[in-house]
Amino acid sequence: MEFGPHLLLAVIEGSVGAAVLALTALGLSLVFGVMRVVNVAHGEFYMLGAVIAWYVATFLGAHPAVGFVGALILAPALVAVIAMLVDWLALKRVGYDPEATIVATIGFGYIFQQLTLMGFGPEARPVDPPFNSRIALPWFEFGENGLEFYFPWGLSVTSYKLFVIGAAAVLLIGFWLMLSRSKIGLVMRATELDRETAQAFGIPVDRVYAIVFGLGAGLAALAAVLIVPIQQAHYLMGHDPLLLSFIVVIIGGLGSIRGTIVAALLIGLSDGIISVFFSPTLAKIIATLLVAFVLVFRPQGLYGKKAA
Amino acid sequence: MKTHLLHLALIGLLFALGFILPDYHQGNFSRIMVLAIYAMGYNVMFGYTGMLSLGHAMFFAAGMYGFGLSVQLGDLGVIPAMLLALLGTAAFAALVGALSLRTIGVGFMIVTLMFAQAVYLTILYAGKYTRGDEGFVLQPEARTIAGMALNQPDIRYFTALMLFGLVLLGTGLLVRSNFGSVLVAVRENEERTRMLGYDVIAHKMGAVVVSGVISGLSGATYAALFGYVGASFATVQYSIFPLLWVLLGGMGTTLGPFVGALLMFYLIDYSSGLTNAYMLIVGVALVLLVLFARAGIIGEIRKRWVPWLP
Amino acid sequence: MTQTNRRTLLKSAAAGGLLAANPLLGRFASAQSAAPIKLGFQQHVTGIGAAYGRWYGRTTDAAVKMINDAGGINGRPVEIVAEDDGTDPKRGAEVLEKFANQHGCDAAFGALFSHVVIGSAPAAGELKLPNFVVSEGHHVASGMLNRYTLQPGITDVKSQVQAMAPFVANTLGKKVTMVFPDFAFGHDHRDYFTAAIEAQGGEVLEHIAIPPTETSFTKYFPKIPRDTEVLYHVMVGPAVLTFVKELGEFFGPSAPALFGFLDSLEAVDLASPGLEFLEGSYFWEGNPRYAQEDQSEFDKTFRAAVGVDANGASISDPADVSTYSHMFGCWETLHIIKAGMEAAGYQGPADRAKLIEAVEAMTYIPESQANPQGAKVFNGKTHQVFGHQYISQVQDGKLVKVHTTSIDDTFYPDEADYISQSF
Repeated sequence: MEFGPHLLLAVIEGSVGAAVLALTALGLSLVFGVMRVVNVAHGEFYMLGAVIAWYVATFLGAHPAVGFVGALILAPALVAVIAMLVDWLALKRVGYDPEATIVATIGFGYIFQQLTLMGFGPEARPVDPPFNSRIALPWFEFGENGLEFYFPWGLSVTSYKLFVIGAAAVLLIGFWLMLSRSKIGLVMRATELDRETAQAFGIPVDRVYAIVFGLGAGLAALAAVLIVPIQQAHYLMGHDPLLLSFIVVIIGGLGSIRGTIVAALLIGLSDGIISVFFSPTLAKIIATLLVAFVLVFRPQGLYGKKAA
Repeated sequence: MKTHLLHLALIGLLFALGFILPDYHQGNFSRIMVLAIYAMGYNVMFGYTGMLSLGHAMFFAAGMYGFGLSVQLGDLGVIPAMLLALLGTAAFAALVGALSLRTIGVGFMIVTLMFAQAVYLTILYAGKYTRGDEGFVLQPEARTIAGMALNQPDIRYFTALMLFGLVLLGTGLLVRSNFGSVLVAVRENEERTRMLGYDVIAHKMGAVVVSGVISGLSGATYAALFGYVGASFATVQYSIFPLLWVLLGGMGTTLGPFVGALLMFYLIDYSSGLTNAYMLIVGVALVLLVLFARAGIIGEIRKRWVPWLP
Repeated sequence: MTQTNRRTLLKSAAAGGLLAANPLLGRFASAQSAAPIKLGFQQHVTGIGAAYGRWYGRTTDAAVKMINDAGGINGRPVEIVAEDDGTDPKRGAEVLEKFANQHGCDAAFGALFSHVVIGSAPAAGELKLPNFVVSEGHHVASGMLNRYTLQPGITDVKSQVQAMAPFVANTLGKKVTMVFPDFAFGHDHRDYFTAAIEAQGGEVLEHIAIPPTETSFTKYFPKIPRDTEVLYHVMVGPAVLTFVKELGEFFGPSAPALFGFLDSLEAVDLASPGLEFLEGSYFWEGNPRYAQEDQSEFDKTFRAAVGVDANGASISDPADVSTYSHMFGCWETLHIIKAGMEAAGYQGPADRAKLIEAVEAMTYIPESQANPQGAKVFNGKTHQVFGHQYISQVQDGKLVKVHTTSIDDTFYPDEADYISQSF
């Protein structure tokens, strides 16, 4: 493929990944920002979202769109409940101690993986997209007759992938509005800034933490429902989203939604674009180092405050 | 003094166990001691200096591949290959330190995580020499020191014990030294330590290199004793393991890494005999541990009964 | 410090009870010792190989039942000791130690993923525990392992790949682009197929190595040159379905001929959404997943025993698709172990070397109920078996066998001589 179309394709594909990553990372960022704990089970909540989506779609049967919409509502809700249960069972009891939380969430991660393996099985299971048609994309060139459009071989996207990008954008904006304009957002931000003062002002911090933890997990599940018609549900699928969203949160700078989105774009797009020039694995190495160097030379992250 | 006596007592106990343990458990203990070296290396940075790395597998792998490739491609003997591996790991750790110490806290976690990921991918990319994920076998003939075959169970056990003992006594000395005290001070309050006139970055750098070299020693020893070098040891999972072992055993205790590695090994081994769902048991055990013994096994013992534990 | 394993205790108590009350006892009693032959099964229950491990388990259970129903090995019943290796080489080696030193197993078998096989090999050699791997990797025949590791039940990737080249070059086209995972298994495909297709007068235009753990693939497809006549693809792991689906979406209506290794679709339903475009494309199969018109009685019995329907899925759940191209290897390996033990007059662990020598002495293995995939030739020197390979075309959503290679097509010069190694 020629350079231009190749680059366009890499950008489109990267945007799909970035859109889903931004949602997942936002969930982690919320938990990390408000509660100051690293939720290692975040990837497993993502995985559970995809697995529940498969169950919902399979039981509802009917038209794929019915199953998909059902999953879009049920999966995040169920996962949020599970997460709140985890919060109540363990995190609250260890007083959100950072080290203890890491071990506890690793423990819950194992539990979720094993239960999924036993109930759902080891294979990757697909969910039908609600709609999916291939859209060939045009490219232009300056020929003898001036500007000409044509359809290069292979340059295409599917309608569902475009939908994922759009849906993620809408969700991100909605989320930003919720955080900045609504009462619950205000309460969360207050708790994030200063736990003790918030408590003194009568904010039920424990309940806020439970809600935040549930919401964060729900966002991961939501992202997973969006991606599962492209990537299938599998019991080990939570691994990469955890690492990548963790990276996104830190690179973007804590507490910055804008940073999270920019970092998700940076990470989602970089290995695709670099692979236009290099072999895929080398491209991944370069992309990984590049992102690491962002942090080496800007330790507070892209949009973080100086004293991170 | 008590510290060193305690460490010598553990080494003595393990020495005696070397003659008593049935074959299967002797083999397990050999592995556990090698892995405990890795955990002790991790503990220098995490437990004592308070720097949480998520990429320590890169040091383990540096030692393992430094040793394995020196033997396989360079035809070196065990001792020279081991020295070369440790030198290489030290240089690599210094480079990683120089770059990653610009960050602190979670930033440090991420930078180490990503460097380790780059190392893992590089091992795959250099598949021509490393055989990528498959890895390669070091034949028994290449794993002998002065006619002693390192693949013999007894020799393997006592070699592992010797290195384990050296590192245990070494970390015992380290944490009692001035250098060690400064590391603990950095963990407790970095700003104040700086105010007191200590060069915090230089001390942290020292911790990274010492920690890296000990981890590399573990990787090289694993390859020498068990004869396999593979990329799975460079995956994130193997960066999480020492963190888990140290937290289980008790961070910032000299015996914690060994106890954690031992406990985790037998927890998996025993529960996998009971059920295929052993991950469930391990998961539940971790959660229970956090709820009821948050400081880790040795940490809790120190907290409740034996406050002088190192 | 003897660990009493509660499950083993329970099991042996139950076995004692069974033995006392078992009217079939007489069948095993003629042997000198009626103690079971214990085989350690290194199973990928968890980790990346779990889908394979589950079917390897089902196949093993069926094979053991058949062997025991027919009187066991040397009149002794076979008992399987299954341990999960987590698809991890470190745990794999530990599991072998457990088999040899704790369970007192006579031999081990069942490892599939190459890194587990290679990581376990030193332990097999040190423990002097024969390890019969079912991996299709080239590691055994390449000479990098040792005399205690054998692969008598499944062919290796080098022989599979080179046997495909004549068909690809003559039927599909001579200009090939290869897409494969960027690790050792993929590199074997790259190296051996490239050489083999060049020997047929063809050429590989481009090698596209995809990093493992990758979950989206379209961004790499533009590297496929426009004048590609055949796209050769092989992927493993949970993302295989995405890979194949995105391949279809990328090409749309104007795809080159596709030739894939079924590894790209093991345990994946061909009727999955997005796979329609595979219609008409070709696949290597280790053993035809769909029951063919000329299905042998052996395959019929094998299928029924394991619990697989005519579409290659579980009888109880049509969405649970088997790993049919690989799992026969467990069945055949267990029967080879039986044949080897019987030829060697195997009594106990002291005869392990004799068992290996007996297997090394095997040459032609005819198609039979013990070898339902087809006849094979074992090379004692390289510890590797050779056999027929199948090429199938997707017709009406099913794989239909269109070509069977001869065993001769799969031979290559020996790269190892394990017999010269001492025990």
